[in-house]
Amino acid sequence: MDPEVMKSYLPLYRDALFLTMRIGWQGVLLALVLGLVCAAVLQLKLPFIRRIVAVYVELFRNTPLLVQLFFLYFALPRIGIRISAEVCGWVGLGLIGGAYMTETFRSGLDSIARIQTESAASLGMTRFQIFRYVVLPQAVASSIPGILANIIFLLKETSVFSTISLMDLMFTAKDLIGMYAKTLECLTLLVIFYLIMLLPVSVAGSIIERRLRYAEFGN
Amino acid sequence: MQSLGIDVLFKGINFQRLLGGLWVAVRLSLISVSISIVLGTGMGMLMTSKNRLLQFFFRLWLETVRIMPQMVLLFVVYFGTTRVFGWNLEAEAAAIIVFSFWGTAEMGDLVRGALISIPVIQYESARALGMDEKTLYLYVILPQTIRRMLPLSINLITRMIKTTSLVMMIGIVEVLKVAQQIIEANRKSSPNAAFGVFGTVFLLYFLICWPVSRLAARLEKRWAGD
Repeated sequence: MDPEVMKSYLPLYRDALFLTMRIGWQGVLLALVLGLVCAAVLQLKLPFIRRIVAVYVELFRNTPLLVQLFFLYFALPRIGIRISAEVCGWVGLGLIGGAYMTETFRSGLDSIARIQTESAASLGMTRFQIFRYVVLPQAVASSIPGILANIIFLLKETSVFSTISLMDLMFTAKDLIGMYAKTLECLTLLVIFYLIMLLPVSVAGSIIERRLRYAEFGN
Repeated sequence: MQSLGIDVLFKGINFQRLLGGLWVAVRLSLISVSISIVLGTGMGMLMTSKNRLLQFFFRLWLETVRIMPQMVLLFVVYFGTTRVFGWNLEAEAAAIIVFSFWGTAEMGDLVRGALISIPVIQYESARALGMDEKTLYLYVILPQTIRRMLPLSINLITRMIKTTSLVMMIGIVEVLKVAQQIIEANRKSSPNAAFGVFGTVFLLYFLICWPVSRLAARLEKRWAGD
């Protein structure tokens, strides 16, 4: 391994990291919003839209992101919908993430026993109070581990962006290996940069998770 | 249909080729899942041991596969280890190694979770009834462990199938690669083939994963009560 070579590659990897992180977090944000909206639609049992949401969730949870991206990037332009690679990246990530988040939020809401809302109602709490002080804290606490796992999953999935020619970490590594054949240096940097991107999220996640256990019923 | 490029699929043996490509991906994941279930069960049992060193080792393994994208692992094994150790590794072997490495850790964690979720009282009650160790595990612990594990392990299969789509990146000709070849070959005669062919691949993946995840969800619901 040649440290000089690695040093000269650093700026390229740094740029790629920024791009990967930007698109990744945009995707995560979209996923959270989509997930919340869809979970609300399912929870409120809105007629008709509920069916669309259910189909969307099943369709995107049961197909790989790679296939979804290929569809967005290569197939949609054929029917006149042309979007840039970057938009494809975060919209694709947001769509698959939204489907996973919906499931997570929904199981969080489902986890609150009926008896709790009934007890709260019999204590004279208003519907808003029940939602704000009984349902929401517990639902959030019980879905946080799932949300954190989803975020890490989504950030990992960014590694397929190179297939739609976004200059992310994977693309940079592959490109440099192709040009200079410094395989070992490139792969080491690739692993290091993914650690930089994901380790803080993973550590922060386990801290948050530990703190939120207090909010669970019975503690 | 002409304009959406679905007709391309019915030209010659294009559709069979696509299914063949899908089988490549599914076969890889079935092999990896089988290896993962066997090794993961052993690993899960070892993970419940009190040995600090062993616990640290498994923790490290699990965190590695949780943090590193499978694509990175594929590249490290396929391009990296062949470079360092100078051996010849076929792409399919590299894929099976990576997916089993990942699956074993995930499966091990599932088995561990299921094992420690059985309350001590179950062991004690069975012993109090005079069961010997074999009867205890066979008739009390194992059935409950399997009930807790099965839905989650079935989910692991669908995750594995979805992840094997990455193998095209290390040169394995699977369904996406075949799709690209078909589109490329028919570029002149039907320029819109990308829509029909990629749309079909999308649906094919869905048709495989959906029934499996429905099964997992149903089992989970049915066994949730106990």
